[in-house]
Amino acid sequence: MKIAVLIKQVPDTESKIRVKSDGSGIEETDVKYIVNPYCEYAIEEAIRTKEKIKAGEPEAPVATVVISLGPDRALEALRTALAMGIDKAIHIDSEGKIFDGFQTAKILAGVLKAGAFDLIFCGKQAIDDDNSQVAQMTAEFLDFPQVMIIQKFDLTPDSKGALVTRQVGGGAREIYEAVFPLILGCEKGLNTPRYASLPGIMKAKTKPVEKLKASAFLGDTGPLTQFIHYQLPPERAAGKKLDGEAPQQAHELARLLREEAKVI
Amino acid sequence: MSNDILVLAEHQDNKVKKISLELLSKATGLASQTGGSVSAVLIGSDVEGAARQLAPYGAKKVYLVSGASFEKYNTIAYSQAMAAVVERAKPGIVLGTASPMGKDLIPRLAAKLKAGFASECTDLRIEPAGSVPGGKLVGHRPIYSGKVFVDVVFNSAVQMATTRANSFPTKSPQEGANAELVKVDVGGETTLRCPMKQMEKGETGKVDLTEAEVIISGGRALGNTENFKILREMADVIGATVGASRAAVDSGYAPHDIQVGQTGKVVNPKLYIACGISGAIQHLAGMRTSKVIVAINKDPEAPIFQKADYGVVGDLFTVVPLLTQEFKKVLAE
Ligand SMILES: Cc1cc2nc3c(=O)[nH]c(=O)nc-3n(C[C@H](O)[C@H](O)[C@H](O)COP(=O)(O)OP(=O)(O)OC[C@H]3O[C@@H](n4cnc5c(N)ncnc54)[C@H](O)[C@@H]3O)c2cc1C
Ligand SMILES: Nc1ncnc2c1ncn2[C@@H]1O[C@H](COP(=O)(O)O)[C@@H](O)[C@H]1O
Repeated sequence: MKIAVLIKQVPDTESKIRVKSDGSGIEETDVKYIVNPYCEYAIEEAIRTKEKIKAGEPEAPVATVVISLGPDRALEALRTALAMGIDKAIHIDSEGKIFDGFQTAKILAGVLKAGAFDLIFCGKQAIDDDNSQVAQMTAEFLDFPQVMIIQKFDLTPDSKGALVTRQVGGGAREIYEAVFPLILGCEKGLNTPRYASLPGIMKAKTKPVEKLKASAFLGDTGPLTQFIHYQLPPERAAGKKLDGEAPQQAHELARLLREEAKVI
Repeated sequence: MSNDILVLAEHQDNKVKKISLELLSKATGLASQTGGSVSAVLIGSDVEGAARQLAPYGAKKVYLVSGASFEKYNTIAYSQAMAAVVERAKPGIVLGTASPMGKDLIPRLAAKLKAGFASECTDLRIEPAGSVPGGKLVGHRPIYSGKVFVDVVFNSAVQMATTRANSFPTKSPQEGANAELVKVDVGGETTLRCPMKQMEKGETGKVDLTEAEVIISGGRALGNTENFKILREMADVIGATVGASRAAVDSGYAPHDIQVGQTGKVVNPKLYIACGISGAIQHLAGMRTSKVIVAINKDPEAPIFQKADYGVVGDLFTVVPLLTQEFKKVLAE
């Protein structure tokens, strides 16, 4: 069985995001990069799936491969995944270009096709562009079924499929019965990602990292969308602090929400 | 491509969802600028009842796709159905809501149609051709968890977007308006790949946080599960949905599916009341686009006050029950 994990490197959630003065993008200097948090759930689930299969059938051939499209710095993210326990990494060099979701999925699908994977774990979204589309588009290009925003993944006893639970509105859950191949978008709650151990970090240094070029898989597909006018959200006007004792505060707040803000 | 706009309408128990009526209202406004007309699509096992609810909100045509294989949501079957409708209707713009279904389906459909796609827009507008690179639709959306906004422009024949709930006003319905009903027969697969086996219902009647117009959230300060009752009591009075911070969820006071924030739900209500929540950046990531923010916190220095439109410095256990009583009074007036 071959399992792929698609990961993106993104700015740390604590980073201050600064917009370039001409609004053409984000300042990249002084940004600390991390593995997209939802991709960490994907990495963890891939490793657990391999461990589960191996526990029942030690001789079963199971390979885990982590793939990232991005600039050279994406290698750090790949190394983190290797240190957590993934077997092999593929770095697809973005060659200084920025791709939209459609192009990203095209490139990833091209690389995945060559690898004949049974199972592909993704994050539900990358927290930089919050695009929430690459996994679904990749699934379409590969003609794989997909389940997004998953919170539970249970391998069937024959390891040829899985029961997958995804969260929908109002606390409801949908349970899907899948036979591989399958692509999944992972959500918080699926698992608790492990930390890379020191031996894991040492071992990662000897694991294979394959390098590919994005252009080899993109063909002549141009971007279908473009982000322009990067801007900070409008400043909120200074709020009102309500004075007095609790009864007056409550009275005044209810009145303001009703009469001034008109939201009650 | 045409100037027409196609909206995927979601429905439950024979009723079109509020979020879809909101989107349809917006689409009608956009269509008056493109010079096209608005059509809606309904997919399901029984959609005739819901079909009649769409015309009053501006749909001139309603495409119906029904059959046993559409009884439960299925990505592949639904995306094939949508593709068949698009083929027939030839819209220039296809819109859906950023609901669990829309988030799953619309990007997949975009890949199928080779259409540019902008997710979770909080605004949509039409720009005259030539004024923006590419096409006419412009999607305005938050990125970096709302720390930054961008405009998304398109370079494809069909332009696609999903929108967040509560982004647009819903028009008052035009009673008596009629729409042409068009049944679309979709060939497609008969045996479903990756079928939904079961649907576990959540609390009945509970509106999902992402769709809620009013949210009351509790933080670590609530102290235990039991204390969330005071928030639920207020919620019942003003028709709100209860949310929670991650600290409250991680401490076991509230379930994860009501967590608001970076690693929880991103919400966009008209009113967000934060009770005993400090206002960490990851919490703000989930609620900063709320129209009106109220903070109730005993620490006057709590960062949440910098984002709040109305701030009450005080003990939530005193303020919240009093506020519930005051809401009862103003609502009775
Ligand atoms: C990667 C990552 C992702 C995260 N994702 C999320 C997320 O999705 N959502 C989220 O919420 N957080 C998230 N966090 C956590 C976030 O950083 C904060 O720790 C969390 O939001 C704090 O929750 P809180 O405000 O309830 O608790 P605290 O920060 O402990 O604040 C409690 C507040 O209650 C006030 N208070 C105490 N008693 C009372 C009282 N009786 N009456 C009134 N006020 C009172 C205090 O003054 C204080 O301001 C994330 C963190 C990380 C690192
Ligand atoms: N550049 C990339 N390289 C590898 N995987 C990616 C990349 N961009 C997105 N993905 C995958 O797609 C998921 C959703 O990303 P997005 O659609 O950008 O929000 C991510 O969590 C990753 O699993």
